[in-house]
Formats: sequence, C-alpha cells, structure tokens
Amino acid sequence: MLNWLVEPLQHSFMRQALLASILVGLTCSSLGVYVVLRRMAFLGDAIAHTTLPGLVIAYLNRWSLLWGAIISAIVTALGIGWLSRNQRLREDTAIGVVFSGMFALGIVMVSRAQSYRDFSHMLFGNVLGVTQSDLIGIGIVSVVVIGTLFAVNKEMALTTVDPHHAQTIGLSAQRMRYLLLVILALAVVAGIQSVGVVMTTALMVTPAAAASLITRRLHGMFIWSGILSVLSNCVGLYASFYLSISSGGAIVLACTILFGAVYVVTRLRWRHGNTRHRETCIAGSRRN
Amino acid sequence: MMQKIDASVLCREGEHSHVEPRWPYGGRVHRDPLSGSPAVQTAGLQVCYPGAADPAIKNASLEVSCGCRAALVGHNGAGKSTLLKAMAGLLKPEAGTIRLFGNPVGACHHRTAYLPQRSDLDWQFPVSVRQLVLTGRYVHLGWFQQPRKKDEQLVSRAIRRLGIEQLAQKPIGDLSGGQQQRVLLARALVQESSLFLLDEPLNALDEATRDTVDEVLREHTQRGGTVLVATHDLGRLSESFDRVIYLCEGRVEQIENLTSGHLTAPQQSASTSRDGT
Repeated sequence: MLNWLVEPLQHSFMRQALLASILVGLTCSSLGVYVVLRRMAFLGDAIAHTTLPGLVIAYLNRWSLLWGAIISAIVTALGIGWLSRNQRLREDTAIGVVFSGMFALGIVMVSRAQSYRDFSHMLFGNVLGVTQSDLIGIGIVSVVVIGTLFAVNKEMALTTVDPHHAQTIGLSAQRMRYLLLVILALAVVAGIQSVGVVMTTALMVTPAAAASLITRRLHGMFIWSGILSVLSNCVGLYASFYLSISSGGAIVLACTILFGAVYVVTRLRWRHGNTRHRETCIAGSRRN
Repeated sequence: MMQKIDASVLCREGEHSHVEPRWPYGGRVHRDPLSGSPAVQTAGLQVCYPGAADPAIKNASLEVSCGCRAALVGHNGAGKSTLLKAMAGLLKPEAGTIRLFGNPVGACHHRTAYLPQRSDLDWQFPVSVRQLVLTGRYVHLGWFQQPRKKDEQLVSRAIRRLGIEQLAQKPIGDLSGGQQQRVLLARALVQESSLFLLDEPLNALDEATRDTVDEVLREHTQRGGTVLVATHDLGRLSESFDRVIYLCEGRVEQIENLTSGHLTAPQQSASTSRDGT
C-alpha cells in the first residue's frame, strides 16, 4: 500500500502535480463555501468559461497564461457585477449574456489559431503538466485568496446572512460582492490549471456542497470542504496516474463520488435519527 | 404631563461604551449629535425604488424627538418599511432630507440600529444564534478586529434579556418566526444604539413575547433611547407607544400624540417630542 502511494512521487511531475492539486483544492474549496452559501454556482461556472479569450490571447502572444486568465476573469466578474448592480437586470441574466458572449469569443479565437490541440489542456486541465512557474503562480493565488477570505471572513459572512444590516453599519454589501467576484476569478484561474475551464466549478461547488450536508457551522464547513477537496484531488491524481485517464476528469469524478457518499451517509443518519426520535416520542407517550 | 428630558443628554445614550474602531466600515468617523436636535427629522422626503415609476414615499415631513416611542402605522404598501429603510440608509431619497440627531444618514453608524423584516435575512446561513447576535457588535469593531471579551459579555446579557439562552448555540435555521424576532432584537440591543428603527418586530410573536419586547423597548426609552417601530398591531398602540404616525400611500396622514390625545396634521410642524410640546 505504502509503495503504491510513494511510487508516483518519485517522478518530479507527480510531486508538482500533487502540490498543485492540494493548493488548488484548498483555495477552491474555501471560496466554494461562499459560492454555495450565496448560491453563486452559476457565476463560478461562467467566470471559468469566460477565461478562455484571455487564455488564448496570452497563448498567442506568448504571455503568461495565468495572467491572461486572471485579467479575463476579473473583467468578466466586474462586468457581471456592473450589469446587475441596480437590479434592473437580474444577475443570472447578466451572467448568461456575458458568459456565452465571452466563451464564444474564446472559441472564435481558438479557431483562428487553427490548433485545437494546444488548447485542449485549457479546456480540460492537465495538472500533470504543471511547471515550476505555474506552481509559484498557483501558490501566490492561493495565499491571496485564502488570506483575503481569512482577513474579511466576518464581513463576508455578515454581508451574506444580512446585507441590510451590513449596509446600515457602513459595510457595503456591493463592494464585498465585488471583492468576492475578484477572488473568485483568481480561484477559478488556479482551478483551470488543474481541471480546466469546463470543470473548475466542480472544485468549488462539490466539496462545499458536501460539507454543507455534514455540518451547520461556518467554520465546520470550511474545514470539511477543505478535507473533502484535498482528498478528492489526491484520489483523482493517483487514479489518473495508475489508470492513465484524464487528470481533470478523474479529480472531478472523485469529487462527485465523495459528494455522493456524503449524501448517502448523511441521509441514512438523518433517517436513523428521525426513527429514534419517533420511538422516543412513542415510548414517552405510552409512559404517560 | 411627563417630565421634560434634555434631548442632548438623551441623544448621548449608549455612547459611553463606543470606542471608535481603528478601521471603521465606510471610513466614517465618530460625529457628535447636534445639540437640541431631534432623533429623527425628515423634510419633504421623497423615496423611490429603483425602476419604479411612482415614489413609495411622497413629501414626508416628520420629527421624532429623543426619548420617544413612536409607531409607524398604515396598511400594506403605505410606505412604513420604505421610510425606515431610507432612515437606515438603505434607500437614497430622490428629494428632501433626513437628519438623525442633526447629522445626515450614515454620519455615525453605531448610533442607529435597524431591525429588518425577517424575510430580509438568509436564515439558512450556517451560524448559531449567538454568532448572529454578535454581528450587532461589528459596527464597534470595524475591519480586521475580532470580538473581544466585552462584546461576548454584552451578547450574553442581551440573550438573557430576551429569554433566548436555550437557543444560543442553535443554528439560526432552526428558529421559529417569534424566536427569529427575539434574536434580531437582541442584536439591536448589543449594538448599543440610541435610535432603534424596527420593521415589524411584533410579527409572529405570542402575547408573552410581545410583553417582553414592549418591556425592552420601554427600558430603552427610559434610558434615553428613541424607538421608531413599523407595526400592524393596532391593539397595543396606546399602551406601547407615545406617538403614532399614520401613513397612507406614501404620505404622512396624521400624527397622534397618545400622551395628550392631540392630533397633528403633517403640514403643521409634526413634532413628536415626549412631553407633547
């Protein structure tokens, strides 16, 4: 068993991939808590897809892909926030417009580049191909995202649970939303290295959704989301190595299987708890 | 006739405990109430929701003096919640002015506590009752400052006062409507504000809890605080309030002084001081 775990790590690309997976897992899962609690899964998906034009422009000009994606994602996030700022246009409508437009732009640019193969790792991820400089970029993004969340967690929580109260004490819910969108864009970019544009949302939503089934405490959600995410990233990576399957697909599938397992276990516990509660009530009424 | 209370003293209620945070939200600084100013004063106020054709509040002028318990009464859509939201800084007036203790809205955030309608909160958010009540202290903490021992003590005291000790560690999603109202009122108490703006705080409450809420609000005004409550509960007006402000279709119809039985038309100076002057 130990050999089975250690053997892949003898390859430097696997060590880098594992480190990248853990960093991406922690980053996306911690932000995912707010994505789930604020019901922003669609927005996360949209931002992931809209990084495509930025990635293509950066690739064609031999710039850093990471920065191309970051700028594209931030422009999208702020654009959606601006379009839906005064509720004349609903946020999901604004997302639909910007998301499809930007993704279409990316597809057109890819077709102009006349090489779909070069962009396949952007669409579906390739954590096994992470380079040293990618790893540094992911590390910086992770520190920024997790550090920001840690620093403003009480404000983020308040603007989520009661934006009106936040507003009355001078804490702008709108500005907190923009901040969340910007760090969401950063986390998405980190996720793209691992599982690609198409599946990044899964890294944010699935572990946090599973965590929400396990606990009803915010801190507990952060912890469980992180554990489940790192676990599924590692399982997916090893599965990819031993079964020679797509790393991005394997990681997301591992996330989904873990979510399924958590769902079944929590349902069974809930049903068992309800039965015991019913029996206690019946026993109590008989005694009386 | 009740004894006249010095407004400038009343307006300072609760401020002894406020220490300006190092990084306050909105970058605001502490601003003293203007001497002799009423707690709330609006003049020619007009408020419109984004995208709406007609204003929800039309030319509303009123005053609520320090130490007064005033009720905002009117049918659904009369503009009670809108008026409170404008006073709390959630809606910007299209025309007219709002002054709180002589200052513009938002000049000093800790001095005003706003209790929203229950439906405005996300009750499925995974925090406990105690954590939600603690958010009332955030205005005194500002950015990056974590709650201190004193904040926790104030939360414990407010929770005890509202009789919700047994709920303190429960997730807020497990609360009934009446329990939610009590939790929100506890949060308003820990904010230690002079002015309470309460939107339908008596909804979904049983008689015993209404008595508790009445008592808490009475204590607040006895300490010099001011209370403005939007309510549908017409049965308790005379026992729970000093003044009643009647709203109809966004306009202030009339103001009734319950301590003297005197009616005031809004266009005549609608002062609602506690002594009936």
